Amino acid sequence: MESAGPSPALRLAWRRLAQAPFVLAIVVVGAFLLLEAAPGDAVDAYVASLGGDAGFVHDLRTRWGLDRSAPTRFLLYLAGLATGDFGWSVAFGRPVLDVILERLPVTLALAAAATALAFALGTGLGILAGARPGGPLDRLLSALALLLNAVPSFWLGLLLGLLFAVRLRWLPLAGIETIGVHYTGLARLLDTARHLVLPTLTLGLVYAALYLRLVRAGMVEAWRSDFVRAARAKGIARRRLVLRHVARNALLPVVTMLGLQSATLIGGSVVVESVFAVPGLGRLAAEAVTQRDLPLLLGIVIVAASLVLIVNLVVDLLYARLDPRVELGHRSP
Amino acid sequence: MRLTRRHLLATAASPLLFPTFPALAQQPRRGGVLVVAADTEPRNLNPALVASNGVFFVASKVIEPLAEMAYGEPGLTPRLALAFEGAPDGRSVTFRLRPGVRFHDGRPFTSADVAYCALELWKKHQNLGRVFFKDLEAVDTPDPLTAIFRFASPTPLQLVENALPALTAVVPRHLFEGTDPLTNPHNQKLVGTGPFRFVEHRPGQFYRLERNPDHWDAPKPWLDGIVYRVLPDRGAIAAALEAGEIQLAAFSAVPLADMKRLEKLPGIAVIDKGYEGITYQLTVEINHRRKELADVRVRRAIAHAIDPNFVVERIFLGWAKPATGPIPRFDRRFYTADVPTYPYDPKRAEALLDEAGLPRGPNGVRFSVELLPAPWFEHTRQMGDYLRQALKAVGIEAKLVVKDPAGHQKAVYTDHAFDLAIGSPVYRNDPAISTTILYQGGLPPGVPFSNQYGYADPAMDELIARAARTLDPAERAELYRRFQRLAAEQLPLIPVVEFTFLTVASTRVRGVADNPRWATSHWAETWLEA
Repeated sequence: MESAGPSPALRLAWRRLAQAPFVLAIVVVGAFLLLEAAPGDAVDAYVASLGGDAGFVHDLRTRWGLDRSAPTRFLLYLAGLATGDFGWSVAFGRPVLDVILERLPVTLALAAAATALAFALGTGLGILAGARPGGPLDRLLSALALLLNAVPSFWLGLLLGLLFAVRLRWLPLAGIETIGVHYTGLARLLDTARHLVLPTLTLGLVYAALYLRLVRAGMVEAWRSDFVRAARAKGIARRRLVLRHVARNALLPVVTMLGLQSATLIGGSVVVESVFAVPGLGRLAAEAVTQRDLPLLLGIVIVAASLVLIVNLVVDLLYARLDPRVELGHRSP
Repeated sequence: MRLTRRHLLATAASPLLFPTFPALAQQPRRGGVLVVAADTEPRNLNPALVASNGVFFVASKVIEPLAEMAYGEPGLTPRLALAFEGAPDGRSVTFRLRPGVRFHDGRPFTSADVAYCALELWKKHQNLGRVFFKDLEAVDTPDPLTAIFRFASPTPLQLVENALPALTAVVPRHLFEGTDPLTNPHNQKLVGTGPFRFVEHRPGQFYRLERNPDHWDAPKPWLDGIVYRVLPDRGAIAAALEAGEIQLAAFSAVPLADMKRLEKLPGIAVIDKGYEGITYQLTVEINHRRKELADVRVRRAIAHAIDPNFVVERIFLGWAKPATGPIPRFDRRFYTADVPTYPYDPKRAEALLDEAGLPRGPNGVRFSVELLPAPWFEHTRQMGDYLRQALKAVGIEAKLVVKDPAGHQKAVYTDHAFDLAIGSPVYRNDPAISTTILYQGGLPPGVPFSNQYGYADPAMDELIARAARTLDPAERAELYRRFQRLAAEQLPLIPVVEFTFLTVASTRVRGVADNPRWATSHWAETWLEA
């Protein structure tokens, strides 16, 4: 029974919003401690590529504020953060937020495209496989899913590149735009989309395999349930039975997985962005770690964690809408 | 002793002094944009402040030094300086500058720009210049085309000459003066006098340069532009070459294992020239604070345990040469093969270890060490694997500790937390620039690529100091030959092989490797076949 006051969805959103600062604080402190524990700092990383005398090293450390103690630096960072200042990237010599905002759209586009592909392909094939568990198509698709799950994404990326860019020359191999040709409007969008096909395939196929297995497993489970048995007894056409009764229930775990994978997508994009030279957040994170660029890494962590929180909130809301048995604002026992 | 007046640069331009490559024999063609792979994006791209190969690779096309290296004698070719002469007392060098040169923003290049760069950028901030120009007191500019460098103590003209290609990039004074040079926006948006103008940098994607039609060396450059595609994955660089998305990958950006395959493809060439002026060595760095390793017999035993030919053939697939000492063979002015050598001989190694009082224990192990291979090249990591096996064969157990660049830098050069390390020092055209620092004692901790090994020998220090202030080139060269002999005798570190890099390029790209630091030079003579 619904009570008066804000809707359950709104209550959930507020609660998640209230939790967010704590989650972010834990993530930021964890990332800071981890990078501090790693040997060497940003100056060590920098001079490792070019050398320099003792004065050069000392001056750099003073200029970059690395002569201060770790707690002092962290407090200064937090004080800046409170005013919306994400700090200065020592590796790029620019404000952290500028560097991140430059890379974020590409990663979001890549992650969204890969998720859409994975969802569409994974659920579609999963339904085909789960429609007749044990049938030849199911076996074939299950084997394919297993193969895709086992293949490392960098290797899959290189193979796709060799096939579609080197052999067939259908698609560009690297980057996100044709250099030196200044497209605008739709032409630019299409150019970027063309460049993102291979990275999207690489990232999406691996997750598609996961969704395929998830949907198939859910459907195998659903076939055994009473309501399906009842529906079959009622003589409902098989096609309708599969789509409306069996598959619909099997899709719910996929929605949950979508939320959980928003974090791993960013992790996975590190490799794919490197292979296809996509200037995204994943590659930036890898550079920040190598360069020991603490403010940049913390900025990326905050942005990535915020994204994960948002996606999970949306997924929870969606989940409740798809399955009326789930009540917002109540934990399962 | 008297130094003769030097006027090398004006004559060095003579084509008779250059070896002629087949590609250069053809008539160059104007036009085309060369797309090359870049695997890094330096945070500061200004070569007047940062003298490193990663910076030069892009910036040397935009910002020029006073002179560039050349094959053959006298080893230099003029860029912004036409000639120079040293005073007999070694306290000044006078540069005659090229007339009619303009920066890309239209302002004229003059001696004031050289003076500003020398005193405010090279001497105060540049990673290499801070040491090299520390005795530079003043730069007089009696007229716009003359710059007189005045040194506080006698400085060999030969050393100044050798430093010109890497240490003397000139940026416009009017864009830097009165600013903080280290945060000046023109450290990224480069303005120079070079054959190419800087157009744009899209972080994570590419750098784009375009032809400078007003270059002093017109009608060069032949190319309409250069694009550096940022490709962080080495496997993807090889694929991009095959797909025709890039036409050139320098600095062995393609894994060596792929070279043989690529070499066989039609339209692709592997070029092993054009890097001699920046020859690297693979060295075993030794921590002398460790009791066993302080004994020269043990260091010699380690040298005898290593088979340089194996390293050349298996790690470098033939693209390297065994090293005999800290100076590479290419530099015939200083190099000598007349040094003690330690041929591969495990039995001799074991005898030396026995003699040093380090017999094999019951488990066959004499002693254990921690071995840190530097993470920057695939060869350094592979050498770590090889050395571990080579040492095991003579009873030394090595534990491999692999760190990332920051961790390695701190462990070896600051904390001295290693027993053995695999390093890759670069030789920069003169032993005094970045080589003797590996042998010189008394350096504070934290100085990268320096003697942080705990090795100190007064005779070595005296030799290094004497060579650095000796004005006569022949006498100076002889001192460096003695330096090599002493280094080989005492073996504070073990140079195993010397190597340069490979360029993989489309056969359409011509005018490649026409000087000993081609990849880090101007590319004004590079062109694309139709």
